Amino acid sequence: MRAIVAFIVGGLFGAGLLLSGMTDTTKVQGWLDIFGDWDPTLAFVMGGAIIPMAIAWRFTQARTPVLGGTFPTPPDPKISANLAVGSIFFGMGWALSGLCPGPAVASLSFGGIGGIVFLIAMVAGMVVAPRAKGYLDGAAQAA
Amino acid sequence: MEIEWVWGLLGGALIGSAAAVFLLVNGRIMGASGVIGGLIDGTGRHQSTERLALLAGLVIVPALIALAMGGAETHLTGNMAVLVIAGLLVGVGTRMANGCTSGHGVCGISRLSLRGIVATLFYIGAGAVTMLLARHIWGLI
Repeated sequence: MRAIVAFIVGGLFGAGLLLSGMTDTTKVQGWLDIFGDWDPTLAFVMGGAIIPMAIAWRFTQARTPVLGGTFPTPPDPKISANLAVGSIFFGMGWALSGLCPGPAVASLSFGGIGGIVFLIAMVAGMVVAPRAKGYLDGAAQAA
Repeated sequence: MEIEWVWGLLGGALIGSAAAVFLLVNGRIMGASGVIGGLIDGTGRHQSTERLALLAGLVIVPALIALAMGGAETHLTGNMAVLVIAGLLVGVGTRMANGCTSGHGVCGISRLSLRGIVATLFYIGAGAVTMLLARHIWGLI
């Protein structure tokens, strides 16, 4: 049951990414191109996505998930070096390609060889990430 | 142009509804980098079926819609070196930061998480600076 729901969730997510234009890298790069021909579409996508999700968070209070278990607890509010440095790395790669992880997967069937090359490189980055993360945590503790 | 923001809003509402269902029904955060990353580094081994099912939906449904629409275009650069560097940066960065556009952006900001808001400001800021340098100064992309 959990897998069936997850499949439907993935499908809705993918449909939303495609229909909103987020699998088109020119729209994403256009959003980041503040000093060029700026495209505001991404702000509408973000806004449209945050509204239902904000309502959903309200419903989590004093309840448990429909299929059991518990809701995710709020993360440690500490702003770590990993959060900042990781987000900067991500933003750089996002601008260079116009792809973030969701659209990279959603466009697998029509993204061509370039899309597959990006996905393989992204997975490789995820493999080495725990080492980079541990390194920064260690540096923070030593400081 | 006028019609594009309507599609943006509608598509965004679909993305947010998907995240809402995943949270309320399965009790999980719909973050693309977290779903993939957990499969790769083994931190999400116990929910691997759920993760793989989500990824299957994320590939198959857009494939069907693209087929029905007579194709979809990503306008992705053909520069393989740029794609490899960008992919590595996105992979390392999202796992170091524990989230990407969907996890920090959609799921984090909607619960007013400070981490989600800070991460989003950092990746949009870094993205805008990279775009300025790579497109307007170096002419790379």
